[in-house]
Amino acid sequence: MDLTLTDEEETFRDEVRTWLSENHPGDEPDGDDTAKWEFSVDWQRKMHADGWAGVAWPKEYGGRGASLLEQTIFYSEMAEANVPRPANILGLVMGGPVVMAHGDESQRERFLEPILSAEEIWCQGFSEPESGSDLASLKTKAVKDGDGWRINGQKVWTTLGHVAKWCMLVARSDFDAPKHKGLTYFILDMEQDGVEVRPLVQITGEAEFNEVFFEDAYVPDENVIGGVGNGWNVAITTLMNERAGLGASAAVGLSQDLHALVELINERGLGNDPLMRQKVAKLRMSTEALRLGSMRSLTQVLKTGIPGPEGSIAKLQWSSTNQALTELATDVLGAEGLEKDDEWTYKMLRSRANSIEGGTTEVLKNIVAERVLGLPKLR
Amino acid sequence: MNFGFNDEQTEIKSTARQFLENRFKPSVVRELAEAGRYDEGLWKEICELGWAGIALDDEHGGQGLGMVELVILCEELGYACAPTPFLANACAGLALEWAGSDAQQEGLAGIAAGDARGAVGSPEAFIDAEGAAVPIVFDEDGARILDPDSMSFERIDAIDQTRGYSKPSSVDGEPLPGDVDAASQRICVAAAAELVGIGQRALDMAVEYAKDRHQFERPIGAYQAVSHNCAGMLYDVEEARSLTYYAAWAADAQPESLPMAAAMAKARASDAAWEITKASLQVHAGIGFTWEHDLHFLLKRARAGAQLFGTAAQHRDRVAGLAGMGSGN
Repeated sequence: MDLTLTDEEETFRDEVRTWLSENHPGDEPDGDDTAKWEFSVDWQRKMHADGWAGVAWPKEYGGRGASLLEQTIFYSEMAEANVPRPANILGLVMGGPVVMAHGDESQRERFLEPILSAEEIWCQGFSEPESGSDLASLKTKAVKDGDGWRINGQKVWTTLGHVAKWCMLVARSDFDAPKHKGLTYFILDMEQDGVEVRPLVQITGEAEFNEVFFEDAYVPDENVIGGVGNGWNVAITTLMNERAGLGASAAVGLSQDLHALVELINERGLGNDPLMRQKVAKLRMSTEALRLGSMRSLTQVLKTGIPGPEGSIAKLQWSSTNQALTELATDVLGAEGLEKDDEWTYKMLRSRANSIEGGTTEVLKNIVAERVLGLPKLR
Repeated sequence: MNFGFNDEQTEIKSTARQFLENRFKPSVVRELAEAGRYDEGLWKEICELGWAGIALDDEHGGQGLGMVELVILCEELGYACAPTPFLANACAGLALEWAGSDAQQEGLAGIAAGDARGAVGSPEAFIDAEGAAVPIVFDEDGARILDPDSMSFERIDAIDQTRGYSKPSSVDGEPLPGDVDAASQRICVAAAAELVGIGQRALDMAVEYAKDRHQFERPIGAYQAVSHNCAGMLYDVEEARSLTYYAAWAADAQPESLPMAAAMAKARASDAAWEITKASLQVHAGIGFTWEHDLHFLLKRARAGAQLFGTAAQHRDRVAGLAGMGSGN
């Protein structure tokens, strides 16, 4: 057991740290969404120019080929330096890895480089209004048409859909097959007449997500990934491609917010309030447990090569801690917390999605119960 | 970076699991608990394995290993719910090792060998003081070695029968001159480890029962109301375990992190063991409330362990202070 970094790991961390401090893009611009978007595209280009955009990608595909541990260090340092996420985040953590794992040589040639350079933005078309947690029940239809497919249906929660060139689309290509078997994974061009993107306004008043409607949209055969009818397996790869060390960087983010919360509480003269102290300590402990838990699971993966279901545990810990943290902050603010534009109030509202996005708490508990504890399946 | 056990530690863990499973079968635990006694033969065996002095210096007769190894044993002893004076003796060893004078440290040989046991406690309650040669009291004034010849311990009729609890007639004694905080923080880590083991056992029992027990034509573990309860127990035990292992490592390798780490470990493990044993009883339902089922030994030991060496709330208050709460006020 050694929780310090080795000399090589420390060298890598220092390299990341130096690069981030010299290339920090500064604060996100205020104002319109276009300016914010361009800011994050510029930031990814900067990362890519120095080989950091594809930190987890193998070198042969233009990545840095960093080890799992180095990726964890990298993401933690990004969180520590408070730099934005690269613009094409879904392409980098999901689309690219799927093309590498299931695509053929010409697909790799075609799709990978523009993901790294943010020339082509990717979005994900999995969830549907009637298919949330039960993803395999999705109904968007793919019908053979000459050398390609016609797509009809609707997707929802499509982050970046309004700026994306490509959509990772899972659609039903065989309505007679069992529900997991009749799916195909497509890369669909969003820039065509049969695709309509509508922003989905959320409780914060922003629209991070979209609804996407397909009406006879077209995908050529060469954009099928992993073969017709194999969509479920390919989709699972996408979902399993969670960033290594997600928990570690999430813990860094929580830790920064908690630090700010402690300052706020002290400023309000509540630092010796016993109830506040108990609540802050609980948050501090959950944050630390998340950081340490991710280090334990990382050690496990490095030893066995098998990523466990620990990601589900980390996700749950993170969401509940972030929700409790932001609620406490608005409690401290009292009547001031009524203001919609207050940063803490915004975070408190946004955090309500944490226990839903990327797998609801209930579904994650099912996964833990079935795969870790070996309890019988509900179905 | 490596947050796992090395080969030797893995070996210690599996040996301990096997030995304790074999020696402290549930029927043995029950018999000893109901009789309110320890098995001297089993204690000798434990001492012959070198466990009693595992974290003590070899010059004091110990094994020269660290807190990580001690934590492994405490966790396994908790898992077995083993009635032994191990924890009290090990904690007294930590007290003398970290805060004792040279002369006081002569008592370490008997502690490491297990034939002149130590015990620790507060003015309100000691564990395993009966028959101990070196009882050490901790209170706000520091730590002192009591003289068993000039005072007595009155047995407390405690809910937890797997361990002896008693109240000292006097707490006057010879002060430990060294770093009492360093000692008490390590004691908290050892106590936390035992609670992690108790929690894990109660979780394992709940899962096993939820697979076996059928109601409405299916195993109760297939119902989310039950399975999510079990998943919650896993989060509790894993959080407590991460914090406890980290604190043990910090004690050995990064002592500046120990004050915070030890407080977090004890607070989380106290809550986790109690939450898990409670939830496990709920999963077991009626049978878990009966005396004939073994779960109550774990539940009561979890409750007792949460009340010793500082409550979760006290440790959390310490964490808050170390996290900057109240500074500048």
